Order: sequence, then structure tokens, then C-alpha cells
Amino acid sequence: MEAQASQFMAENPEHAPARRRPAEADSATYDREHRGTVGEVRSEVPRMRCTAVNVHYGDKHAIRDVSLDVGKNEVLAMIGPSGCGKSTFLRCLNRMNDTVVGCRVSGEILLDGKDIMAPDVDVVPLRARVGMVFQKPNPFPKSIFENVAFGPRIHGLAQSQAELEEIVVSSLQKANLWGEVKDRLAHPGTGLSGGQQQRLCIARAIAIQPEVILMDEPCSALDPISTAKIEQLIDELRRNYSICIVTHSMQQAARVSQRTAYFHLGDLIEVGETDRIFVKPQHQLTEDYITGRFG
Amino acid sequence: MTQTPLLIVLLLTLSSLAYHFGRKRAFAVSGGRIRTLHSLPAYYGLYAALWAVIPALLVLALWLAFEDSVITRLVIASLPPETATLAPSRLNLVLNDIRNLVVGNIVSSEPDAAILAAADRYRDLRGISTTALFAVTLGLAAIGGWFAYGRIRPEYRSRNAVERILKGILITCSTVAILTTVGIVLSVLFESVRFFQAVPITDFLFGLDWSPQIAIRADQAGSSGAFGAVPLFAGTMLITLIAMSVAVPIGLMSAIYLAEYASPRVRAIAKPLLEVLAGIPTVVYGFFAALTVAPFIRESGGLFGLDIASESALAAGLVMGVMIIPFVSSLSDDVINAVPQSLRDGAYGMGATQSETIRRVIFPAALPGIVGAVLLAVSRAIGETMIVVMAAGLAAKLTANPFEAVTTVTVQIVTLLVGDQEFDSPKTLAAFALGLVLFFVTLALNVLALYIVRKYREQYE
Repeated sequence: MEAQASQFMAENPEHAPARRRPAEADSATYDREHRGTVGEVRSEVPRMRCTAVNVHYGDKHAIRDVSLDVGKNEVLAMIGPSGCGKSTFLRCLNRMNDTVVGCRVSGEILLDGKDIMAPDVDVVPLRARVGMVFQKPNPFPKSIFENVAFGPRIHGLAQSQAELEEIVVSSLQKANLWGEVKDRLAHPGTGLSGGQQQRLCIARAIAIQPEVILMDEPCSALDPISTAKIEQLIDELRRNYSICIVTHSMQQAARVSQRTAYFHLGDLIEVGETDRIFVKPQHQLTEDYITGRFG
Repeated sequence: MTQTPLLIVLLLTLSSLAYHFGRKRAFAVSGGRIRTLHSLPAYYGLYAALWAVIPALLVLALWLAFEDSVITRLVIASLPPETATLAPSRLNLVLNDIRNLVVGNIVSSEPDAAILAAADRYRDLRGISTTALFAVTLGLAAIGGWFAYGRIRPEYRSRNAVERILKGILITCSTVAILTTVGIVLSVLFESVRFFQAVPITDFLFGLDWSPQIAIRADQAGSSGAFGAVPLFAGTMLITLIAMSVAVPIGLMSAIYLAEYASPRVRAIAKPLLEVLAGIPTVVYGFFAALTVAPFIRESGGLFGLDIASESALAAGLVMGVMIIPFVSSLSDDVINAVPQSLRDGAYGMGATQSETIRRVIFPAALPGIVGAVLLAVSRAIGETMIVVMAAGLAAKLTANPFEAVTTVTVQIVTLLVGDQEFDSPKTLAAFALGLVLFFVTLALNVLALYIVRKYREQYE
């Protein structure tokens, strides 16, 4: 397997020059040729810095040579058509792909300058620093309090019950959920509405004081009002955390993010300031996607 | 009746003829344009065929069910009055003689003229009955087929009619299964009621002494006839407890390993291997328990100075536990796999280790289902017979010591009913009462288990 991968790398030079494709080319065709990235992949104040990340699922080359920074106190939106690898890339950032059988990740991913891919890195503290919120709200079948207390308990963040309660309350407050659940902390988390469940999952993620929060389409299962609440919450959370959000909604990307990355069939096509990407995309594929020509 | 197979073949032939002609007629009435028919031609054929065969088969079944009793009654009516008014048991002997004469078997005594005449009459009646049966059923098949054939018109909804008939057949089949269950329960219930007329129900349920040998003659010694079932249920519970304390930890741990840790390849090999345990016949477990495990336990107990009976509850319980492992592991494995992947992702995403995820998220989520699985295994253990018959012993001792021999409800049912028995003594009827209580215990456990499992399923839907 390893040999196969390195052979593939040899055939595909790592940083092919960024070049614009002719407009008449069928942009949805899956070709094995690597596309380079246009735009500003680097941030001035990086929290995470990824260089030449490749992901293989068995024989499938799911992510090809992606280099991308996640800046401090910024929301980075990842957009692109289904199956373009944006979720796969997101799951590299806290090594959630370790749990997927047959998935191999190569390249360099730095968190505050330290390589999280190094063999001696333990995923437990890593995931405490890089939290995750999933597409479908997935509260544990426990009480609201226990859901939020789960992380502090497994990481031993609270010395006493009072301290634990303080963490739970402040996390729920930060997730804008405290007012709605303060009278029923002992009720099961699964009894909340979809939007409340998702905010509970965000409270659960921030209870362990992460530096980065990864969000995988956090609003795709929610109604517009719940979505608005979550988007507002994301904007507030930006003050303390770096946030990386995968979304299918370009409006959402435009509303919440400062930088946007466009993925296409495993390649990172274009990165840049959100305002610039949506107004003046440099790459034809990006333009096709955001003007709704496909995707 | 020996000619029944021939009759059935004839009926099926008629039915397939009806199919053929029905189909042809459907083509004919459509005038070659099949689209004008309501249903496909085959449905018209099937409709005719079903009409030909089903009424005839019903009549055939009823006829065969009542033929013998009707003929017997007619024969009795023709007997001389002094024979016809004999006591039922004596009359049965006479009737047996008559039947034996008819088929040419040896008879108990030299037949007199009246019996010979009756035998002739019996033979005649059988002959008439057979001829009439052929005539009636074949006639009915022809009429049914003709009736259906006459109804075939392009607008006739034969597909709907055939679907209705098929639905009726399916309902009949499921009714048979349900009625069988009801019949078994009722027969056990009635026999138990007879038992409780001889032995008070409180003595049976709360008595501490089990000694079912009752005196057949008044002067017989040493047969007290005590029917206190408590020692039996205590023995059953003791063995079940031992079995579960083997099966639950091992089954559950292997389920967790298979569901959470094992690679797909290991799982593909290990799971079927584990399930082979469930395929071993219980009689093999039985002699394994009696001939290998029990002596081993007795001898190793001897090393520690323990006095262990050669038929100990421990041996039977241990082997039964091994037998039940695949139940627990297979059901728990399903339950653990049913826990949504999103919960695992959530826990891993928080930085939980695999064992933390299992202990704090997956196990609590799967617990109701696991409890259901364990209860199903318990009801299996309570009803298990062969292992305990061979390895647990017969002494009805009220003890909690696993090194002693105990007996179980199922073992006692077997010993009460094996061999020559009279079916009106409390001794044999006790088996039905035991069976009834056992039935209710396992039924209650199953209902409880299914209730818990179902409640658990709803949680994620």
C-alpha cells in the first residue's frame, strides 16, 4: 500500500503550477491530473498550518496535495460539491480519520507549530485542543448536564463538583443555550429540539476549552431559525476560538466566514478572503460553482 | 384411506386443466387484445384453477376427518343390542376386532356371526364412502372450475380475486400456528387443573418437599407423594444463576470485542466460530458435562479438600453457561452495532479513548438492549433440559450450595413422564403443572425482554 502511494506521488509532481482551465472544459469531469491552488493559502497568524496533505481511502485518492492555513480568531469556510473531500480534510485536522478503516493520511499538519501527524502525538490531548461538531446533532443519551460534563470528566478538567458545574454552566452560556435549559439540566439531551441539540453539542465541544472547533455542516439538519442562532453563535465564538466549518450553503459561508476555501474533487482550487471569493473568484471552477453552474 | 393420494393427484390434474382452459378463454374473450382484459390471462387461469381445487380439498379434508367416526357409529347401530350397549371400553375391544377382521389381522377370539356381519358391513360402508368421496370431490372440482370458467369476462377482476384467495390461504396458515400454540397451552392448563384437584395449588407452589412417588396400592411403603415445587425451582434458579454468571461476562466481553475492537477480518472469522457453539446439540453438551466436566470438578475440588457431588449443580451450570454464550454475545453484538456511529464519533471527537467511549457512551446506550438479550438467555437457560438431565442429578434438594446435586423443573418433567405411566395419577399430572408454571415464567421473561428491546429501539428512530 505504502509503495503504491509513493509511486503515485512520484507520477504526480507535488506543486503543479496554478493554471486556469479553459472555460469550455467540462469542469465536473474527474481527471487524475492534479490542480494547483490559487489564492492565499497562508494566513498571517496561523493556528493550524497544513502542507501537502494527501488522503487515500483504499485505492481512492480522496485529498490531493492540499496546503491550507486556519488563522487565529477566524472562521474558515470550506465549500464545494458533494464528494469533493472537504469533510475528509476537516477530519484530518483532529485525526478523526484514524478511526476510519483503510484511510491513510500523509503530509504535514501543524497545530501551533507542532506536527499533529507525528507518530508520538497522542490523539486524546489533540482532540481536546481541536474539538468537533457533527452534521447530525449527536447528544449522548444522557442528561443535558452529563452531556456537557462528559469532556471535562474524561480529561480531568474539574477538581471538584462545584468546578464541574461552573464549567457546564459557562459552556451552556457560551453556546446560547443556558436560558432554555437551566431548569432542566437533569433531563435527557435527546429530548431537546434539533437546534437545541446542536447547540448542546457545541457546548459539549467548548467545555474542554479547545483552540480550534471543527464543524461539519452543523446546520444542514436544522430549520432556518435554529440555523440563524447557530450562525450568530459561530460569530461570537470566533473571539476565542478558530473555527473551521464545512457547509453546502454558500450564503452561510458568506455570512459567517472570513476566509473561504473551495474544494473540487479532492483538490483545493481556491482560497481567499470570503468577500473577495464571492465577488471576484480567480479560478473558473470556483466561479462556476458559486454562480450555480454546477454543484 | 389408501386411495387419497390418487384422489389428490386427480384433483390437481383437474385444477391444472382448469388453469389451461381458463387462460385460453381469457385470450378468447379478449379477442386477441390482451390490453382489454382487466388482469393478465394467467390470473384468469389461476382463478379457475383455485376454484377447482380449493372447495374440493376442503371437502376432502372434512370427509377424511369424520369418515371413520360416522362409519363406526353406523356399524355400532347395526350390532346386536347386547353388544351395542356394552361399556365403552368393552365396546372398543369389539370394534378393534371388527377393524382387524376387515384388514385381515389376527383377532383376539374366534369371531361370532354378529361380529363377522358387522365386519362385512364395515367393509361395505368403507367402499361406499370411498366411491362417494371420489364422486363428490371430483364433481365439486368440475363444478368449481366450470363456475369460474363461466365468469371469465374481460372486465372481470380476476387478479383481485386471486389476491384475495392467496391472502386467505396465508391467514389460514398463520391461524394454524397460533391455534397450535393455544391448543398446547390449553391442554397443559386442563391437565394442570386436574392435578390441582388432587394436590392443593398452595402445596404445589409453596411446598418445600418434592417426592412425587405416590402409593399405587394402599399397603405400599416409602411413597409419601409430596408435590412441593420449591426445591425444583430453587434448583433451576441455582443452575441458571451459575450459567448466567458464566455466559453474561464472557458473552458480553466477546460482543464488545467483536463489535468495537475486532478488525473486519477477525470479526468475519470469530463471529461464526462463536456461533458454532449454538449449533452443538445440547445432548453433546450434556454428556460433555456429565462425563468430562463433572468428574474434573469433583477431582479438582478434592485437591482443595472440598466434597463435591459427582452430579453437581456447578458442572451443569458451567456447561449450560458455555452453551448460552453465543446467545448473549450475538444479541449484544447486534445491540452494540445498533448504537449510532454518530455517538462514537461524538465521543472520539471529544478526545475519549476507545474504552472510555465504550464504558461511558456505548454501553449505557446499549444497556436496555443488553438487558433484553440477557433476559432472553435466562429464559433459554430455565427451559434447557438435556444438559441438566444428564449432569444435574435427580435429588430434589433445597440448597444454595453449587457443589451439591440439585434437580430442575425440566429434569423432573422428564422423569415423571418417561417410561410406563398411568395418566390419571397426580404423579404424571404434576408434569403438566410444572410445565405450566415453567411456561408462564419463560413467557413473562420473554415479554419483558421484548418490551425492553423494543423500547430501546425506539430511542434512535
